[in-house]
Amino acid sequence: MTLFGYRIPMMASLLVWALVWEIVGRLDVIFLIPPMTAIIAAGIDLVQTASWQNATLVTIRSFIIGMALAIGVGVPLGVMMGRVKIIDNIFGLWVNIFVSAPLSALVPVLMILFGMGEATIVVTVFLFAVWIIVLDARAGVMQVPTSLIEMARSYGASQPTIMRKIILVSALPEILAGVRIGVIRGVKGVVIGQILVAIIGYGELFELYSRSFDMERFWALTMVLFAAAMVLSAIVENAEKRIEYYAGAR
Amino acid sequence: MNAAALANPALAKDEFDPASIVTNDPVVRVEAISKHYGATEALRSIDLQFERGKLTTLLGPSGCGKTTLLKIIAGLVPATSGRIVVNGRAVTGPGPERAFVFQDFALMPWATVMRNVAFGLELKGRGATERNRIARHYIEEVGLQGFEDKYPHELSGGMRQRVGIARAFSVNADVLLLDEPFSAVDEQNRRKFQEDLLRLVEMERKSFIFVTHSIEEAVYVSDRIVLLSPRPGRVSNVIEPRIDRTANPDDIRRDPGYLDVVEEIWQGLRHYAE
Amino acid sequence: MSVMSDDTSVAPPAGATRMQSLRLFAERRRSFWVVLSLLALFTAWEIAGRIPISFAFPTFLDTLAAFFEMVGDGTMIRAFFLTLQPLVLGVAISALLGIGIGIAMGLSDKLEWLFAPVFIVLQAAPMAALVPLVTFVYGIGLVAKTLAVIMLALPVIVLNSYKAVRHVNPSLVDMCRSFQGSRRQQIFRIIIPDASPVLFAGLRLGVAAGFIGVMLAELLITPTGIGDLITYHRSVANYAHMYAAVAAIIAASTVTLALLQWFETNVMRPEKRRS
Repeated sequence: MTLFGYRIPMMASLLVWALVWEIVGRLDVIFLIPPMTAIIAAGIDLVQTASWQNATLVTIRSFIIGMALAIGVGVPLGVMMGRVKIIDNIFGLWVNIFVSAPLSALVPVLMILFGMGEATIVVTVFLFAVWIIVLDARAGVMQVPTSLIEMARSYGASQPTIMRKIILVSALPEILAGVRIGVIRGVKGVVIGQILVAIIGYGELFELYSRSFDMERFWALTMVLFAAAMVLSAIVENAEKRIEYYAGAR
Repeated sequence: MNAAALANPALAKDEFDPASIVTNDPVVRVEAISKHYGATEALRSIDLQFERGKLTTLLGPSGCGKTTLLKIIAGLVPATSGRIVVNGRAVTGPGPERAFVFQDFALMPWATVMRNVAFGLELKGRGATERNRIARHYIEEVGLQGFEDKYPHELSGGMRQRVGIARAFSVNADVLLLDEPFSAVDEQNRRKFQEDLLRLVEMERKSFIFVTHSIEEAVYVSDRIVLLSPRPGRVSNVIEPRIDRTANPDDIRRDPGYLDVVEEIWQGLRHYAE
Repeated sequence: MSVMSDDTSVAPPAGATRMQSLRLFAERRRSFWVVLSLLALFTAWEIAGRIPISFAFPTFLDTLAAFFEMVGDGTMIRAFFLTLQPLVLGVAISALLGIGIGIAMGLSDKLEWLFAPVFIVLQAAPMAALVPLVTFVYGIGLVAKTLAVIMLALPVIVLNSYKAVRHVNPSLVDMCRSFQGSRRQQIFRIIIPDASPVLFAGLRLGVAAGFIGVMLAELLITPTGIGDLITYHRSVANYAHMYAAVAAIIAASTVTLALLQWFETNVMRPEKRRS
């Protein structure tokens, strides 16, 4: 949007909303919404507490392990589905079901199978993230131009070389797009898992703050999480843009 | 690039200084039109007059701003400076005296051929019976009878553009503006189209402004060709092919006069080719 | 992103007589593979349950029996009735609000500036964290569950509607302008019809998000419906019944989304339909 001839960046409107929030908070309309400044102050306090640092550590650890598994399993499975018709036919149905299934209903099952600990969270992150990574990797491999593969074959490239130098590289933009959405879903997974398990990481803190009606800390924690989700997504998006630089000519 | 670069004795009789073209009854006058996109200069002070009842082609290499000029005439794109006069009145936006035919057809995928053709009349608030009667007439005129209830995705590219042309005819505008109408149509159909277009020009007695990048197409269909040169777009030459259109189409395409004009234009444009 | 793949490619037929048998086979093949992949997972489930890999892992057949038992005594139907109420209500409210806000954002740069960042954040962020908050204000009734559904479904519907309007074919808008269509005509005769397939796709994603929201609400704040079945049978270690409830809600969401997808490709996009 432009105002008086100046271009105002889109995200600047978030500041307007923060201001509105501050005013609503100051007016004391509802205890759920404390003033933004109080939330920020609580946030600064929060990040210095040992409980927050431990929770963050646990959360990041489960997230990274879960995402690593999701990428490690999802990309190869997606690539195989894109190349081998039988694998595609067998797994396609389930991948398509789980990519949009209400996985939050599955968390109680995970809780009894993997216990009320980190393992459950890791599996939740994995299950939230993996399907979209599979689907996008598959889509990426499927759209590799046949002429490119034929070109490599005509110059005598072996199957592994074609896979490594043509197919994987060619499918990289889609694979990264899948990873980006996977990361966003993984963050949702780690939060849903922890909230449902309720005794580890941020889930424990959320439980604690909402039980003691400590809204300032509750919101501070939420905003830290939201910001982390946005930053993570921006990082992967940045990588995607670099890749698309050459993919644009495709 | 200027007019001198195209100077050739064989064409001298058809060559004018663009500024001096004055006819009695111009249907569209383009006066000192310039267009800038930010720092890019797309068109530099274009002056042109379009005669009533004639088919004038804007021809030039890509980047010469021919489509931009057509859209400025249509009122779809605002000019940076200068003005467009239609039927003696300056215009700033689209108007009922002009109708546009789009390169990508611009057909509504959710509407039948009938509704697409009648859409211009529908927007003007004409009753269903009246607009369907008019639409049916032009659907027949472009050779699509029997396809009234089909959807665009059921038609070939060539048939879709016939729908676009019928739609433009049905609002009964004085000037038809055609933006590379046949570029998405395959070669055989293109030729058929060009012949049909000439027939429609003959029948409908309207003025046409036609944009193309095909030299052969321009020479084949035009009464007058305005050559534009690129970066920034300027009028570099105006040519009147003066081809005898009473001959049959195949003879025209083999006519030495036709081939000479094509060759002339190509000589003038060849240094723009990559 | 949920695309049901229907790419059963047919080998080029050699003769006119072989064409029909090939096509028949290809058509059968799709359902054949569906049955096969269902069987593959259910068999793996059955074997894993027989070993058993965990004391809390019932066999497929036990789960199936538990499912029919719950259908038979009416608990399953009652539970679905309770779960679907907030879901339908929440998705309907999100659809009305979301499509309205999204279209407004798509049409106006000022509204885009004001709202787009908020919904971008809300869609990318883990909204689940906020679900417990609604209990503070609205208790644990239908309103709270409906709100949970709206919180998850609204952002995705808004953003899709917004993108749908922004990606309307500019040539069609130009066409409408060239025939002197008013802004009103432009919006109602061109922009909304052209955007409607994407609007509908957004609705489908909203339904998927709504299922997640309603399950979260039922597991976290108000043990009712399917969520109650899951929680209750887990607490009494009645695992076959618990698994049956989980599988039932996943199946219900899959069938709903597949129906919406079918509607979208066959009704909303005539140009993409195979004729």
